[in-house]
Amino acid sequence: MESRPHDPRPPSADQPAKVIVRPGDRIFSGLAKSAGILIVVMIAAIGVFLLAQAVPSLIANKANFLFSREWVAGDPTNLSFGVLDLLLVTVFSSIFALIIAMPISLGIALFLTQYAPRRLARPFAYVIDLLAAVPSIIYGLWGAVVLAPTLEPVTGWLNSVFGWLFLFETGNVDRSIGQTIFTAGIVLAVMLLPIITAISREVFERTPTMQIEGALALGATRWEVVRTTVLPFGKAGYISASMLGLGRALGETIAVMIILATTSRTFGWSLFDGGDTIASKIARAAAEFNDPRSAGAYIAAGLVLFLLTFVVNAIARSFIVGKKEYE
Amino acid sequence: MAKRIDVKDLNLFYGKFHAVDGVTLSVPPRNVTAFIGPSGCGKSTVLRSLNRMHEVIPGARAEGEVLLDGEDIYASSVDPVSVRRTIGMVFQRPNPFPTMSIRDNVVAGLKLAGVRDKKKLDEVAERALRGANLWAEVKDRLNKPGGGLSGGQQQRLCIARAIAVQPDVLLMDEPCSALDPISTLAIEDLITELKKDYTIVIVTHNMQQAARVSDQTAFFNLLGVGQPGRLIEIDDTEKIFSNPTEKATEDYISGRFG
Repeated sequence: MESRPHDPRPPSADQPAKVIVRPGDRIFSGLAKSAGILIVVMIAAIGVFLLAQAVPSLIANKANFLFSREWVAGDPTNLSFGVLDLLLVTVFSSIFALIIAMPISLGIALFLTQYAPRRLARPFAYVIDLLAAVPSIIYGLWGAVVLAPTLEPVTGWLNSVFGWLFLFETGNVDRSIGQTIFTAGIVLAVMLLPIITAISREVFERTPTMQIEGALALGATRWEVVRTTVLPFGKAGYISASMLGLGRALGETIAVMIILATTSRTFGWSLFDGGDTIASKIARAAAEFNDPRSAGAYIAAGLVLFLLTFVVNAIARSFIVGKKEYE
Repeated sequence: MAKRIDVKDLNLFYGKFHAVDGVTLSVPPRNVTAFIGPSGCGKSTVLRSLNRMHEVIPGARAEGEVLLDGEDIYASSVDPVSVRRTIGMVFQRPNPFPTMSIRDNVVAGLKLAGVRDKKKLDEVAERALRGANLWAEVKDRLNKPGGGLSGGQQQRLCIARAIAVQPDVLLMDEPCSALDPISTLAIEDLITELKKDYTIVIVTHNMQQAARVSDQTAFFNLLGVGQPGRLIEIDDTEKIFSNPTEKATEDYISGRFG
């Protein structure tokens, strides 16, 4: 045993406590704080802008904005618009997309984290991430030009066999061309896949090794390991990833606009309906915003979409926050 | 229950790295064998190879024979999943399943094996928790999550989970290294009791622990950095700690290195 070379006096034992703030700290915390404040202010400003622009049109509106299904906004002196039909198409197509995308994303994420050999998993994950970066106009083009006509036999079969169910009833547009919610929903689902997969994959990857080994040591098969450790651990992350995806689908504009056929008839809960989502409706009319009153009608619809995505994102957050992190 | 293990010329690899070289040893039934040695000497690797947990690490593989009552668990016809069902394992850090209740944690292995009868599961849960000296502490909160227990209780819960399936062998990988002295004592007492029914192999960094709980001790060592770990000697614990055959063992035991 050697003795310690020199025993230094315990620091600050008899010195008065003095808070030293270094300039670097002060500058950085100032920058960070203002960035944080900026984003809050911007969101509030967007809300205020939407509200301020929408209110005059809402006052002039002759129809019930929330419950009317008609949309007459071209003539500023005779406004009669309601968001209900747009809202229904928006939510309906997004949820349809989500129902397709959720199980597939789960499968891909589990495959990448649990089953794929490491050498394959990495490049595969990059490709998935790349899909998220493809501009939505590309998906829209693909949906309208390639997918829509290809789906005709499928939709025809669904319509003739399951036509008694409201989902597959003959819709309000010509099904054979394929410009339906069915096509749009599938394209949206493809767009959601990378988002949901990427987040789920990261969550699943973080399943503690000791949990996995604990299950393996009990004689769990690969699937049982997934069921007893990976899924319970990643469930909250997966659900919130899906909600984030839903938020994306609700606001998707250009792809939906290209695909969906417009119609003057109302939405009837069929996948073979056409129509417009809130976002696609606004985009279609954007070129003709020559009067603030007319524009205000669309802005009011935009406000509804803004609030809707806000709520969906809040739900997504609540799944993460309400969940205690393991370990 | 309580089978013997014979390891014959076992070589273990992580990818190209030769981690353990030519281990041959025997573990008699109803006996505690301690693996000691400096960090990186391969003692945990050998332990993990005894229930085929070694190979779950990507790239890891084993060569040689591990006989459980004469049957090679590395034979090509043997399913590693069924090996792990008969050879239980307790890890360095307690790892109860956080989303499961205490009861469900204990019977997790049985549920995996397909037991669904609720009465049977309750019986087994109680027996295993009593066996792990945990019953008195948790009997009023069996439906609470296992993560809410203290570290020592969680480790005993993991032992209960391992013995609930009545394994032939119980492997323990430094089971007390994350625990305080009182919890450590509780686990050591438990090991002494479990010895009546199980064959136990324990890896420990704590030589006093090896001396206290084990009947025979195996000393592992490395010849140098990058070299594979080897079994230096295995003998009765008393002999290893009083009069070991190898000089390296004596140096390690007396604290001259490691």
